[in-house]
Amino acid sequence: MSETILDVNDLSVTFDVMPSGAWPWTKPLKLHAVTDVSFALKAGETLGIVGESGSGKSTLARALIRMVPASGKVVWLGQDLLVLPKEAMRDQRREVQMVFQDPLASLNPRMTVGEIIAEPLKTHFPETPKAEVRERVQEMMTKVGLLPNLLNRYPHEFSGGQCQRIGIARALVLRPKLIICDEPVSALDVSIQAQVVNLLRDLQKELGLSLIFIAHDLSVVKHISTRILVMYLGNLMEIAPAKALIEHPRHPYTQALISAVPIPDPKVAKAQRPIGVEGDLPSPINPPSGCVFRTRCPKAQQVCADAKPLLEEPAEGHFVACPFHE
Amino acid sequence: MYPSTATVEGVAAAEAVKGRSLWADARARFFRNKAAVAGLFMLGLVVLFAIFGQYFAAWSNEEIDWSVLGNVAEAGRPSFETGHYFGTDSLGRDLYARTVQGTQISLMVGLIGAMVAVFVGTLYGAVAGYFGGRTDSIMMRTVDILMSIPYMFVLILLLVIFGRSIILLFVGVGLISWLDMSRIVRGQTLTVKNKEFVEAAVATGVRPFTIILRHITPNLLGVVVIYATLLIPLLILQESFISFLGLGVQEPNTSWGALINEGAQEMNNGTIWQLLFPLFFFIITLFSFFFVGDGLRDALDPKDR
Repeated sequence: MSETILDVNDLSVTFDVMPSGAWPWTKPLKLHAVTDVSFALKAGETLGIVGESGSGKSTLARALIRMVPASGKVVWLGQDLLVLPKEAMRDQRREVQMVFQDPLASLNPRMTVGEIIAEPLKTHFPETPKAEVRERVQEMMTKVGLLPNLLNRYPHEFSGGQCQRIGIARALVLRPKLIICDEPVSALDVSIQAQVVNLLRDLQKELGLSLIFIAHDLSVVKHISTRILVMYLGNLMEIAPAKALIEHPRHPYTQALISAVPIPDPKVAKAQRPIGVEGDLPSPINPPSGCVFRTRCPKAQQVCADAKPLLEEPAEGHFVACPFHE
Repeated sequence: MYPSTATVEGVAAAEAVKGRSLWADARARFFRNKAAVAGLFMLGLVVLFAIFGQYFAAWSNEEIDWSVLGNVAEAGRPSFETGHYFGTDSLGRDLYARTVQGTQISLMVGLIGAMVAVFVGTLYGAVAGYFGGRTDSIMMRTVDILMSIPYMFVLILLLVIFGRSIILLFVGVGLISWLDMSRIVRGQTLTVKNKEFVEAAVATGVRPFTIILRHITPNLLGVVVIYATLLIPLLILQESFISFLGLGVQEPNTSWGALINEGAQEMNNGTIWQLLFPLFFFIITLFSFFFVGDGLRDALDPKDR
C-alpha cells in the first residue's frame, strides 16, 4: 500500500457520432463519454467505480488499456500508456488484465476452457512447453475453485458463476499487477455474486494485486473497495476512501445514490426517505454547461451552470466536485 | 455418507473429462436428421461412382463400338450383354464410361469453386469485417463492382475468345464464387467481432490476424459450411448451363451438362437413355447436396429454426 502504480490525468474519451441520415462528409457529433477524469491507484489497492448506466464507467476502464482512443495521460509504472508504440503496449498488456461483464460471452464458445485460460500465456510466452502450460492452467483452475480435470470442457457446459471463474483464471494466468473488473458480478445472481466477489478479494490478498472494480451496485463495491470513485455522465463527482464515502457522502449525487440502495429491513427502509433525483441522464452529446449534474441536482444554483466545479478536498483523501458539499 | 476428502481429490486427479464441443453437438443433431443422412449417403455413392466407376466399365470412354454405329437406337440400348450398361451415345461410345467421366468433371468444378469460395471468401470477408472503417469500405466496394459485372456474359466471351478450355472454366467459376461468400462472412464477422471474447483477446494483446484465425473464423465456420454445400450444386448447375450452350468442356472431355445436351439433341431418335442416365446422376446429386445443406443448417444453428 505504498507506491502509486497507475496515475490517470485528465483522461477524456470522445466518440464521433454520425447523426442519422447524414452525408458522409457531414461533421460528426462529439459524444463525451469520459471528461477529464483524474485519479491514482496504489499497489494492492481496490478502486471501486460506481455510477448509473451510461455514466462512462466501462469506457473509462477500456480507455485505461487503450481499447478506445482517449486523450490525457495514463501513467502506468512510469510510462504513459496512451503514447506508447503498439509493440511496447502489447508487452504492457501482460501486466493489466480484464474481467468482463457477461461471463459466457467473454469466452470463445469454440475453445476448451484449457485453451481459453492458456491463451494469454501462449500469446506472451509462445515457447512455453505444452506440459508447463497445462500445469499452469490447472494450477489457476484450482486457485479459482474449478476442478482441474475439467480443462477439456467447453464454456457452454458451465454455469454463469463458473464461467466468471474461468474469466478470472484467464486474467490471472500471467500474474498481472492490475486487474480491471468491468461489472464482473452484474450478470450473476446474488448468492453467486458474493462467491465471486469473495474469490476476487482472496486472490487479491494472496497475489498482491491491484483491482479496479466497476459496478452499479454500491453494496457490492462497498464490500470489496478500499476507495470508491463516483461518476456521473463521464465526470468524476467524488472520490474517497470507501468507508468515508458510504458513511459520509458529500456530493449530492453520491448522497442520492447511497439513499437509493435498497435496505433489507422494511422498518428501517420506511424511516429513511430516499433523496429523489428527478429526470433522466442528459445526453452526453450535448452535456449541460458547468456541473453536468446541475439539471437534476436538488442544490443547483446559478454558479453551477456558469463554471465547472473544481475538485475540493474537505477531508484527507476525500475529493468532491461540488462547491456545496456538506 | 459424504465422500471423504481423499475421494474428492481422487476425482480431481482423475483423467481430464472430455468436453462436448459445439461441433460434436452439431454432428449428433445432423445424424438424427434422416433426410440429410440419406442425402449424404447418396452423395457418397456418387463420389464412389466417380472415383471407381471406370474400373467396372467394359469399354473405355474413348473406344467406339463400330458394331452399333448406324443402328444406335437398336444395338446401342442399355444391356449387360454388350457391356454397355447405360447404352451408347450416338457416336457409339460407351455411355457408362462417359457418365463416369462427366461426373468426375462436374463434381470437380463444384468442389474447386466451393473451395476457392471458402478460402478466399472467408479470409477476405473476415479481414474486411474485422478491420472495418476504410479498409472495409474499399474491400467491399471492390466486391460490389465485381458483382455488378454480368459474369456469365464475360465468361462466355472469354470462352469464345480464348477457346474452350477446362482451365478457363475453373478460373471463371473460381473468380466469381467467392464474392457472395465474402459478403456473408463480412456480415457475420461484424456480429462476432463485438462479442466480449474478442475484446478479451484484444485486451490480452493477441495480434489481429491471430484473432481473425482463432476467434473469428471458427465462429463463422457454421455459416461458411452451410453456404459452401449450397454453393456446390449452384456451381455444377452453372457449369452445366455453359456446357449445355456448347461452350464449357471440350471433347473428348465431358460433363453432365454436355452429356445432357447431347442426350437432348438425340431425344427424337429413340435413344432416350442418352438423356436419362446423365440426368439421373445430375438430379440425384443436386437433391442430395440440398438435403445435406439443409441438414447442416439445422444442425449448426439450432436456434434459427
